[in-house]
Amino acid sequence: MNNKHVIIIGGGPAGIEAAYYLANNGIRITVFEKDEYPGGNVKNWAKLFPDFGDASVVRKQITEKLKHDNIKFLNNTKIENLAWENNNWIATSGSEKYIADVTLLATGFEVFDAKRKEELGYGIYDNVITSVDFEDMYKTGKILTKEGKIPERIAFLNCVGSRDEKVGNHYCSRVCCITAVKQAIEFKELVPDAHAYCFYMDMRMAGQFYEELYRKSQEKYGVNYIRGRISEAAVTIDNRIQIKAEDTLSALPMKMTVDILVLMVGIESSESTTKICTDNNIVGPYGFAKSKSLFGMDNFSEKPGLFLAGTCKRPLTLPETIADGRSAAVEIMNYLKS
Amino acid sequence: MKNWGFNISKPRVIDWDTRDTSEYAKIIEKVPSAQRCLMCGACAATCSASNHIDFNFRNCHLKYRRGQFEGLADELDKCMLCGKCKLVCPRGVNTRAIIYNMRIFLNDLNYKNIEQ
Amino acid sequence: MTEKKHFWNEYQKEIADDNYFYERSCIRQSFFPGSETAFLNILRDELGLTIIDDPNQHTCTGIGYHSDVVPFETTMTVCARLFSLMTDAELKNYVPSCVTSFGVFTEVVETWEHFPEELEKTRKFLREATGREFKIPENIAHPSDIIYKYRKELKQKMKYQLVNCHTGKPLNAVEHIGCHYGKIFSKHAVGGAEFPQVLAGMIEEWGGKVIDYPERRHCCGFGFRQYLVMSNRGYSVANTKKKFESMEPYKPDFVLTNCPGCTMFMDRWQYTIAEMEGKTYDDNQMGIPVLTYEELTGLLLGYNPWDLGLQVHQVQVEPLLDKLGIKYDLKDKFTGKSGTYLGEPEKPEYLKVSYE
Repeated sequence: MNNKHVIIIGGGPAGIEAAYYLANNGIRITVFEKDEYPGGNVKNWAKLFPDFGDASVVRKQITEKLKHDNIKFLNNTKIENLAWENNNWIATSGSEKYIADVTLLATGFEVFDAKRKEELGYGIYDNVITSVDFEDMYKTGKILTKEGKIPERIAFLNCVGSRDEKVGNHYCSRVCCITAVKQAIEFKELVPDAHAYCFYMDMRMAGQFYEELYRKSQEKYGVNYIRGRISEAAVTIDNRIQIKAEDTLSALPMKMTVDILVLMVGIESSESTTKICTDNNIVGPYGFAKSKSLFGMDNFSEKPGLFLAGTCKRPLTLPETIADGRSAAVEIMNYLKS
Repeated sequence: MKNWGFNISKPRVIDWDTRDTSEYAKIIEKVPSAQRCLMCGACAATCSASNHIDFNFRNCHLKYRRGQFEGLADELDKCMLCGKCKLVCPRGVNTRAIIYNMRIFLNDLNYKNIEQ
Repeated sequence: MTEKKHFWNEYQKEIADDNYFYERSCIRQSFFPGSETAFLNILRDELGLTIIDDPNQHTCTGIGYHSDVVPFETTMTVCARLFSLMTDAELKNYVPSCVTSFGVFTEVVETWEHFPEELEKTRKFLREATGREFKIPENIAHPSDIIYKYRKELKQKMKYQLVNCHTGKPLNAVEHIGCHYGKIFSKHAVGGAEFPQVLAGMIEEWGGKVIDYPERRHCCGFGFRQYLVMSNRGYSVANTKKKFESMEPYKPDFVLTNCPGCTMFMDRWQYTIAEMEGKTYDDNQMGIPVLTYEELTGLLLGYNPWDLGLQVHQVQVEPLLDKLGIKYDLKDKFTGKSGTYLGEPEKPEYLKVSYE
């Protein structure tokens, strides 16, 4: 197996985890990362759910694994084309061509562009931010309005870009509900006297310790959960945000002015995922990569020698993504042996 | 004054900018578990009163949360304080204590209103 | 307040550049009688464009359709007859004065696109009833779209700007778009449905400042059926009140609308609210003037306010004219074209209709 070469497109958690295990087994790996730094979307988080682990530490643990003699890491290298030619995979970036026996697609996700939900005013109103902006702000140790004011009221809106036919995404992004719970707690820890409201269609607390965190957010932090989707955000004369929703349990419309509105942006297929999958005819719904079977063949695509790992397939949490990278490594080793 | 044949309708909207949240804070202080309520309705489903008369504890609790006190005192009188609701709550909310305290506070509110 | 980012400018639609077939509104000629004539004059005299105002035109059924008394089949056939007039005039660009008509026509044409059998049925109905044939317009644009399209050219000819002549500051304008302009099909709205640019674009081009107040997208309160029954009118006026309460802190100098119903209700309900509750939303108990886009364009071009029909508004416009620096003669206000004195309307109890 030592003469085999595997290319991994995407230097995020799934790609790196797979690279590390394959490299430990003596396989030559090239990891392509379109950005400057490895670690993928982990950079978008300050602390991780559900245990508030420091994301930068986790990210370091992940990226450290790239320091391996068998791994060649190429940053700022976007693979524009991937094709099966003469029994090899050929990956093209600019004028460079890379030849491999096996390709692992680990191109990950992109967060939903909240500007597409015009009625929510992202990109128009200063104090409408996304969950990613919240994390960036949290890294500074403060959550402040654009005017530098400590918010008295903050609202989180779930399912922005997820479970929404209007943007073409019927699916649930799975990580946003719990991120809202986490961020509401983080906010209340910073500003205990402020009010935090979370607007939801369903609270999907499916991971371990998620429900406990949800409960804790209500009991210990007094986070207020309102079942109803915000239909419209507008700016007030003092640059606050007026939101309208239905309080569905009361069956009455409600309005509220908040200092900051946080849009919990969902997970969408990345541009690279959709492009490479379309070119190789393995594209599934919503532009994600389509695996051979959810049951036992989830790291396989319909193309021999083209494997899949992580959120290029569907929304996954970070632990699931890492596990899926490792799982892909096992499948690739078996494939190379046979 | 002209006879217009109509009056300007009052908004039905729950306005969170003007509603009174201090009253519910008192309930939370007395019954911290109230905050855990998810409004699942198990309490109302099992309620002996709800099954025969127009009474809904879940809804009363919600109205109190939202600061909609009108008519609530009379509603709460329909509860027999049997405590069945408490047995079925998946979040361990002390529903009986919520009713008990809502009655007390609403009574205070009524007296306050009369004095004014 | 920070300036808003204008990325909704990206939403543009095709607006024909000349040779229009004009269709008048049912109610505007009574309520805002100068507007439609002003529009025709602006197009013909200022822009040198061709627009046909056919005397054989009639309703589009919009009011009846939206009041649930005219079935859609009838509406489609009546619209088809209007299209047949356009076809006879050998024109392809249909321009309905009313926003609801605009909504009705786009809905009818969209229906025919998706259900060709409905189109065939309509052709048959029209043929049987009138013996007429018609072509579907190539372009349907609202007159406000056309003014928007030519806003820069018009600016060149304007004598006034939307600037307070005493302070030099831009006037604060509230723009209100009729629901049936963009909410039925956002693709037919300049700027899309959430941030329509059609009126905002005019205001900004002509020197004014657009107020983005929280209830900007809320309905004016007309709602057809909801208004027509007297006992429901409290609900209609409550919508208007909600909007005025929301815009009040911004101290708007005027409201600009592109829909007959919105102009009517935002103007007249101010009187109702003032008389019922003793409340106006300006500082001088005179209300906030509500203008149609044709009236505004005409004013800035230097047309006589009384020729534009501004004296039949409920909320009087003199405070706005003074801010704009427009000279007017009160003697002309209630003098007809023949020179005879027409008499003055009765004065409300609370709402002031002149400086006192």
